[in-house]
Amino acid sequence: MLSYAFGSIVILLVTASLTVATLMRLHPARSYVELKLRIQTWWWLTAGLFLALSFNRGVALVMMTLVSFLAFKEFISLISTRPIDNAVLILAYLAIPVQYLWVHIAWYGMFIIFIPVYVFLLLPLRMVIAGETRGFLRAVGTLHWGLMTTVFSISHMAYLLVLPAHAGAHGEVRGEMLVFFLLVLTQINDVAQFLWGKMLGRHKVAPKVSPNKTLEGLLGGVATTTLLAWLLGSWFTPMSPLYSALAGVLISLFGFTGDVVISAVKRDIGVKDSGSLLPGHGGVLDRLDSLTYTAPLFFHYLYYLYY
Amino acid sequence: MRGVLSKSLRLLFMVCVAYPVVLLWLGIHVRHRERLPRKGPAIIAANHNSHLDILTLLSLFPLFSIPNVQTAAAADYFFKTRWLKWFSLHVIGIIPVVRGQGPANHENQDPLTDCYRALEAGKVLLIFPEGTRGEPEQLAELKPGIWYLAKRFPHVPVVPVYLHGLGRAMPKGALIAVPFYAKVVVGKALSWVDDKTAFMNSLRDQFNKLKLKVCIPVEDDE
Repeated sequence: MLSYAFGSIVILLVTASLTVATLMRLHPARSYVELKLRIQTWWWLTAGLFLALSFNRGVALVMMTLVSFLAFKEFISLISTRPIDNAVLILAYLAIPVQYLWVHIAWYGMFIIFIPVYVFLLLPLRMVIAGETRGFLRAVGTLHWGLMTTVFSISHMAYLLVLPAHAGAHGEVRGEMLVFFLLVLTQINDVAQFLWGKMLGRHKVAPKVSPNKTLEGLLGGVATTTLLAWLLGSWFTPMSPLYSALAGVLISLFGFTGDVVISAVKRDIGVKDSGSLLPGHGGVLDRLDSLTYTAPLFFHYLYYLYY
Repeated sequence: MRGVLSKSLRLLFMVCVAYPVVLLWLGIHVRHRERLPRKGPAIIAANHNSHLDILTLLSLFPLFSIPNVQTAAAADYFFKTRWLKWFSLHVIGIIPVVRGQGPANHENQDPLTDCYRALEAGKVLLIFPEGTRGEPEQLAELKPGIWYLAKRFPHVPVVPVYLHGLGRAMPKGALIAVPFYAKVVVGKALSWVDDKTAFMNSLRDQFNKLKLKVCIPVEDDE
C-alpha cells in the first residue's frame, strides 16, 4: 500500500518539477528560483519520509525525535531567552528523547501527561532554584509553548506508529499508514490552500497575521483535502468514508490554524522564516507549522473513534 | 612522526567533536562562505564570545585543510595545565600568544613570533582581535596585534568573520553548550593600511557592518 502511495507522490513531484521547468521556459524573465528550491526540498522531504516509514519503527522514531529537536532548537533560537535559563533549557532538551521513549515503549498514560504535567510543572521549579524573577513568566510561558508545539504535538504523529494494528476496509492498518495519511493530507492541504488562493484568492482571511491567506484558498483547501481524505481513508485508516471525510475537514481547518498561529508567533518575534534548513521553505518550523495542530487533533479524533 | 600523530588527532577531533557539535548540536547558517580564503597564508579575524568560536571557525574549513589552519590563542589560558597545553597544541592546533606584553623590546621576545612563522609556512591563522571572550554580541576593544601581523605580511589577506549566537549557547564559564542556531558572516578581505588607527578602525567598521547583516529584521510573510 505504502509503495503505491509513494509512487503517486513521486508522480506528483515529477509533475510539479516539469511544470516549473515549463514555466521557466515560457517566462525566462521571471524568477522561479524560490519555487524550484521549494520543490527540490519536497523531493528531499519525501525521500526522508520514505526512509522513515519503509524500514523499521526505530528509524522512524529516531527521525521524528530529530525533527522535534530541530524544531525546538529553531524556536528557542528565535525567542529571547535569559542567560540564566541555559540550565533549564538543557533540561527542556532532555525532555525530547524522554517523550519519544514513552512513545517507543507505547506507554500511553505517561506519553500523554509527561510534558503537560511533569515537565511543565518542574521546569519552573528549576527556574526558581536559579532565582531570577525578572522575566520569569515570559520565560516559563515561551518555553512551555515551544515544548507544547514542537515536542508534545509532533510526538502525537509518532504515537500513531505504535497504535495496535487495526482491521481496515482493505486489510490491516499499520501505524506507518496513519502517519502517511496525516502527513500527506496536512502537507497537500498547505499546497492546495496556497494554489487555490493564488488562482481565486480575493478576500483576506487573516490580514494582520498572514496577509496572503484568503478565504477562497482556505475553502479550496478544505474541499481538496476532504475529497482526498474521503478517497484515501479506507485504504490508510480504519475509518469509515464519512469519518474519513470529517478527518479531512479537521486536518484542513486546523492545518490552516496551525499555519496562522505559527505565523503570528513569527510576526511577534519579527522574522519571516523560522530558519534556513529547508531551502525554499525556510526552517523546520515553517514546514511543521500546520502539523503542530493537525498531529494531536487527528490523533485524538482517531483514538477516540477507533482505539 | 609527531606531526603525523598531531595531524590525525586534529582530524579525529574534527570528525568526532567539532563537526557534530557545530553542525548538528548547534547548527550554523553561513553567509558568504565563498569569501573564505581556500589557501594560506591568510588571516581570519573573528569576534570572540565563546569557546565554541574556535570550533565553529574550524568547521568552516574542509576536513583535509584543517592541519593547515591554526588559531592564535592566549598562552596564559590554554597552558594552565600540562594536559590542557598538550590538548590545545596538538588537538586544537593553537599558536600560543603571550597576552598584555605589547610589541617586542629589548626585554621581551615578540609575542607574535610563532604567528609569523605560521604565516610564512602558508597557514591560515585564526585570530580574535578582542583578545578575550567578552559579553555575548558586544564587541570589545580590538587589540592591535593583528595590525603588527598585517604590517609584516601586507599581502596576506585579512578576512573579518562575525559570529553571532555562540556566546548565548556557551558563554564564558559555561560547561555545556546549549543548542542554539548560530550565524556566521564572512566579510571581504581588508585592504592593508599603514596607519594603525585607520586599520583598526576599518576592522571595527567591518565587524559592525557584518553584525548588522546577521540581524536584519524582515517584514513580510507569505
